[in-house]
Amino acid sequence: MRFSGLKILREGLTGNKGWTKHWRDPEPKKEYDILIIGGGGHGLSTAYYLAENHGLRNIAVLEKGYLGGGNVGRNTTIVRANYFLPGNSEFYSHSLKLWENLENDLNYNVMHSQRGLINLFHSDGQRDAFARRGNAMINQGDDAILLDTEGVRDLIPYLDFEQVRFPIYGGLYHPRGGSARHDAVAWGYARGADTRGVDLIQNCEVTGIDISQGRVAGVQTTRGQISAKKVGIVVAGRSGQVAAMAGMRLPIESHVLQAFVTEGLKPCIDHVISFGMGHFYISQSDKGGLVFGGDLDFYASYAQRGNLPMKEHVMEAGMTLMPMIGKARVLRSWGGIMDMTPDGSPIIDKTDIEGLYIDCGWCYGGFKAVPASGYCFAHLLATDNHHEFASGFRLDRFKTGYGLIDEEGTGSQHNLH
Amino acid sequence: MRIPCPICGDRDRREFYYVGDAQIIDRPSPEASEDIWNDYLHNRDNPAGVTKDLWYHENGCNSWLVVTRNTTTHEVQHAELVTKLKGDGS
Amino acid sequence: MRVSGKGLINRKNTVNFKFDGANYTGYEGDSVASALLASGKKLFGRSFKYHRPRGVLTAGSEEPNALITVGEGSFQDPNVRATTQEIFEGLVTKSQNNWPNLSYDILSINDLFFHFLGAGFYYKTFMWPKSFWEKIYEPFIRRAAGLGSLSGLHNSDSYEKAYAFCDLLVIGGGPSGLLAAKLAAEAGLDVIIAEQEPIFGGRLNSETEQVDGMPGSTWAAKTTESLKFMDNVRLFSRTTVTGVYDQGTFAAVERVGHHLSKRGGDLPLECFWRIVAKNSVLAAGAIERTIAFPNNDRPGIMTASAVRTYLNRYGVSTGKSVAIFCNNNAAHKTASDLLESGVNVAAIVDSREDSETALNVPFYNGAEVSNTFGRQGLKSINIKKNNVETKIEVDCLAVSGGWNPTVHLTCHMNGRPTWNDEILSFIPEIGAIPNMAIVGSANGHMDTGKCFESAQKEINALLKTFGKSSKTKKMPKVESTKFEISPKWAVEGKGRAWLDYQNDVTVKDVRQSVQENFKSVEHMKRYTTQGMAIDQGKNSNVAALAILADATGRGIPETGTTTFRPPFVPVSIASMGKNAQGSGFAPQRFTTSHAASVDRGSPMIEAGLWYRPSYFPQVGETNWRQSCDREIEMVRTSVGVCDVSTLGKIDIQGPDAHRLLDFVYTNMFSTLKVGKVRYGLMLREDGHVMDDGTTARLAENHYVMTTTTAAAGQVMRHLDFVHQCLHPEWDLSFISVTEQWAQFSIAGPKSQELINAVLDKPISSETFPFMSCASVGILGETGRLFRISFSGEHGYEIAVPARFGESLFRLLVSRAEEIGGGPYGMEALNVLRIEKGFITHAEIHGRITAFDLGMQRMVSEKKDCIGKTSASRPGLLDSEREQLVALKPVGSVKQITAGAHLFDLNDEPIRENDRGYVTSVGFSPTFGHFIGLGFFKGGQARLGEQIKMVDHLRGVETECEIINTVSFDPKGDRLRD
Repeated sequence: MRFSGLKILREGLTGNKGWTKHWRDPEPKKEYDILIIGGGGHGLSTAYYLAENHGLRNIAVLEKGYLGGGNVGRNTTIVRANYFLPGNSEFYSHSLKLWENLENDLNYNVMHSQRGLINLFHSDGQRDAFARRGNAMINQGDDAILLDTEGVRDLIPYLDFEQVRFPIYGGLYHPRGGSARHDAVAWGYARGADTRGVDLIQNCEVTGIDISQGRVAGVQTTRGQISAKKVGIVVAGRSGQVAAMAGMRLPIESHVLQAFVTEGLKPCIDHVISFGMGHFYISQSDKGGLVFGGDLDFYASYAQRGNLPMKEHVMEAGMTLMPMIGKARVLRSWGGIMDMTPDGSPIIDKTDIEGLYIDCGWCYGGFKAVPASGYCFAHLLATDNHHEFASGFRLDRFKTGYGLIDEEGTGSQHNLH
Repeated sequence: MRIPCPICGDRDRREFYYVGDAQIIDRPSPEASEDIWNDYLHNRDNPAGVTKDLWYHENGCNSWLVVTRNTTTHEVQHAELVTKLKGDGS
Repeated sequence: MRVSGKGLINRKNTVNFKFDGANYTGYEGDSVASALLASGKKLFGRSFKYHRPRGVLTAGSEEPNALITVGEGSFQDPNVRATTQEIFEGLVTKSQNNWPNLSYDILSINDLFFHFLGAGFYYKTFMWPKSFWEKIYEPFIRRAAGLGSLSGLHNSDSYEKAYAFCDLLVIGGGPSGLLAAKLAAEAGLDVIIAEQEPIFGGRLNSETEQVDGMPGSTWAAKTTESLKFMDNVRLFSRTTVTGVYDQGTFAAVERVGHHLSKRGGDLPLECFWRIVAKNSVLAAGAIERTIAFPNNDRPGIMTASAVRTYLNRYGVSTGKSVAIFCNNNAAHKTASDLLESGVNVAAIVDSREDSETALNVPFYNGAEVSNTFGRQGLKSINIKKNNVETKIEVDCLAVSGGWNPTVHLTCHMNGRPTWNDEILSFIPEIGAIPNMAIVGSANGHMDTGKCFESAQKEINALLKTFGKSSKTKKMPKVESTKFEISPKWAVEGKGRAWLDYQNDVTVKDVRQSVQENFKSVEHMKRYTTQGMAIDQGKNSNVAALAILADATGRGIPETGTTTFRPPFVPVSIASMGKNAQGSGFAPQRFTTSHAASVDRGSPMIEAGLWYRPSYFPQVGETNWRQSCDREIEMVRTSVGVCDVSTLGKIDIQGPDAHRLLDFVYTNMFSTLKVGKVRYGLMLREDGHVMDDGTTARLAENHYVMTTTTAAAGQVMRHLDFVHQCLHPEWDLSFISVTEQWAQFSIAGPKSQELINAVLDKPISSETFPFMSCASVGILGETGRLFRISFSGEHGYEIAVPARFGESLFRLLVSRAEEIGGGPYGMEALNVLRIEKGFITHAEIHGRITAFDLGMQRMVSEKKDCIGKTSASRPGLLDSEREQLVALKPVGSVKQITAGAHLFDLNDEPIRENDRGYVTSVGFSPTFGHFIGLGFFKGGQARLGEQIKMVDHLRGVETECEIINTVSFDPKGDRLRD
């Protein structure tokens, strides 16, 4: 079924009886060419691009819960391409280009809104660091504008320019940055993959990985054994547990990141604003809720919930930066499990086990990466070659020291990225 | 979240700095293989369940603690001074 | 309409307030909702999507419809529940989400197009043409969506934060909570009881039930009074416990000033509490739900319990002629209460076939309300029994679809409520919150007697764990009625039946989501937005689950719930973020010379948490560069004074102190002679540079380490790690003395002259050569002197106990001025160090190795140190790594900018050709051109070559030459002079 305004009109006039399933609920087959473990954003986009770009059909996505139930369904929805280190630059640049045509590709409105992202800076040193970043973005072919205080004031006059603890020296403006409707991204990819013949199997938890003579043979699941020639692990915060089924120990520690949404409000914040000094970023959803977040709680956790210290810290950052949001009330807060790596950058690679591949380590930046991660992981799964835009995301970089991608510069402590 | 510092008693999480898995108190010898060093610095068991992790009572008594804690429930079972675990030589 | 003789309001005190510009009068004790209902008002607001006219649904914080904006200007408070806002003299309120006004709202046109605006319609359209999304579709959607408005002005109200600790936190001050608090307090526990209403008593204030032979509200008031006199009880009214966190930590918000027309003195608007409780009792009651029947959202349709609350607590009849639609016997009380007050009860419609009533009212059992009429206020309803529809005229319909125990807090630590078939509701998972007992209707006990019993039982069990027992044997007496209920979730029929009122989610939407295979409860929620309104589904989730269960053919328990997440009721950002507005976000650290610097007109700039002088302007100087250039020249030719107290200082003592230093620095410190200072480089264990600084050996077993300002905390932590976790056997101790010592840099050819002016015993270059240190007498006090330099000049750092800092700074500056010197600030300091190629955290930004800095020889071959093994990874020693270089402009463009990237001369400036970047830049008055520091791939082998600097952002492209990183005095003669 093709979605369009006309289709809505027709259905509305005929009682909305013709809407069909977004995706099927197939029974798992005995064997697939490729199994994707994990039906989150990255798993679904991987499946979509395997079918779309590589013409593969005999694929299944195994999801222990419901599709899109992981971090793709619990994030602050920011989409940007403002990385500055080689390895990241080209990858996120590619991802943003995919975002820009996603509605058309998927025939699904993911509400990708390029409303502009402003990263604020608060000292000469931070300006220099952001200038380096902005120049790297332009070197990559993306967009960046260095704003001074007045430039920031023109765009977002409601900040506290007079009293804020860390005065606003300016901002790095990324006009193509923005946000998207997170759930819709998962559903759009799911629908696209399903339409192209991929089996999306929900309530199917992988309990073991079958390996025979150093080669992957399939997986054990709560719905029985499924054979496969290749298996891709795309399970974000749960990477440690799934990799352990294959005897692997990963450079990943899982942490909790909280996020918040307020009650609905009439439009008041028209951009995505990032306040690095306070680890605070905010935008307003199309429904009117202010969506914002901060830093990790900093302790390893799988609880999908956090504690007060970081909540209060985030609110405090908001209040020093933009005290006009004081009367907005937080409606809901939640926590996601972040697969933190020692350099804060992801892994898209083969493993030592033939036929077993892994896509993980997105830390808390996985949402914007959904299109390119799937695109490049599908390329690796289908061709056994690293895609040129994801060739830096190697597992062995920590051991060799070649190509570390440490944007924060905080080193091998997982929770500092 | 509250951590039972063996010296100061139950204290709010705000007083503590967190590093990660307590494995990093067992530093390999300089001669150890690159695999051992890689494992030490980067790889983690990352259990969903009981773990031992390393905390520093930075805004308290400056003690490093190994805390036995459940990453799924956040239950804190025990906290021990690292110096006690390692023996302070005295 | 007011009902005489009813209610807990104070009819002696009338209160005037405004709603949408009109004046209204109520009584002390009224909410905005009760006062407006008393005046006959039905229409309170508009729904989110269809802009349907809406009235009051509830009488509590769960209200989804009657949202108002309170106050004006920077005090403006949107989305306030009219049901919880107490009225006060001069209160100004207005309706929201409508234009031009509440009665005639243009966007209610959406309601006509509802066929096209069903669940998830926006995912299927607005895709063409692409450019229309940001420009046309999205702005329109955003303007139509949202509820109230923020003022756009900085918030002007004040807030407070507080901590509390107790043995027992009782959440909810209804009958169960009051009894629990009383029993625990009488046994001697330290108790806090929190109640979100202004008065304690919960449903007792809304019902006509008798307790101990008196009205329930009187019993509640008496019990509350008795608790007030106990030293071990704290009563928090207007306080909602909003979240449960680990190890017995609770968040609560106290609404201190929302009901006051004038807040005197220091009273804040709200106080955010963090309560640490050894134990807790959840006595949060239950919330009544409605039934989904066609057009069940009209103003005048409300929950049956709300009708009783308005009647019994506020003395307000919500209609002239009221009908009741229910699936349980508890709602029948509504009819009897109304009749007692002389209000006409037009019908009781009970969906249960076998239900009966003793009341003398038209009674329809086995029937349902099949439709309603009256766009801006209910006019009539259709009652359907045995397929016959009867229309009756009513202006209020009281609905009860049963009660949902307030399980929310028990889910905040991932607890999953369980389905209870007896009351057709979810009840809490016991044990989901450690040390929390659940009593009363929150645990599914639907009559007051059972509530009291559960409170007594749980408190007795708790007291045992404290080694105590209850001193009170007598329980309050109440008459019990068994709660009886049969399922009735939705009524079929023409017209939409609302589940989530605010978000306009109807039964059809839930069914359509199933039709489109959004069958999981989470999918249904996210696709339809069911339960995502500001009541977080308190009114509607269970019914929606029942519809979903029915549509998918699963049972309700199997369908499960979505996750209730904190906060229980929405919490203002300002209350949780208290203290931060303005400068309170982070501590401010001031050096001892701060006032002296400000006196001299120096702009103070942030350096981490510290403030440091940027430059010291003199008469006639019109911009910072003039001051900076002058200060540089002053240091190079005379003498300058600069406060360097912000650098971290760590005092290290003990027989093994040298072992620690050898282990944390790449170079040797055990070989350092007493009375000498050495520069050290410190790595992280992953081989990258953590920090640098000098360490002085004051005595055999006594060192003082300095760190950079930025890394002081990190280095202290690191030393503690190394000592406690890696080498606890070492005999040493250390402590940060950053705050204890004020330290000043004195730099320039005349620095010795200046230093001797304050020393008790003069020094000379022979007695005190470069890199010496000593304890010295300074005007009769003991201080420390170090001969070190960050400027490249003959220089010293002099340290005195912090209490002498300001006077020494003022003295040094005035003496310096006598000999042609003076103070210098951060700008000059930065240029001086760039001229010398000295690094700061602009260069050691966390990705840099000793190798990159050209300092590989500082990594001693003779010993192990932190980071040494990792730094020897091949990738960290690769010759193509970016290495520290200095740059000067050699082409027609003379500007160098920090953050610019570096390329080979003839390369296009794109990512593939990127060879490095500029980290630090200063205009050197000494050389008359800019000097930059930066990193360049393989740069150390490219000395003297020309490259290209490109700054796209600032539109600068400069031909540069790679020069020696030490531009000024490369041999260091001036340092040693």
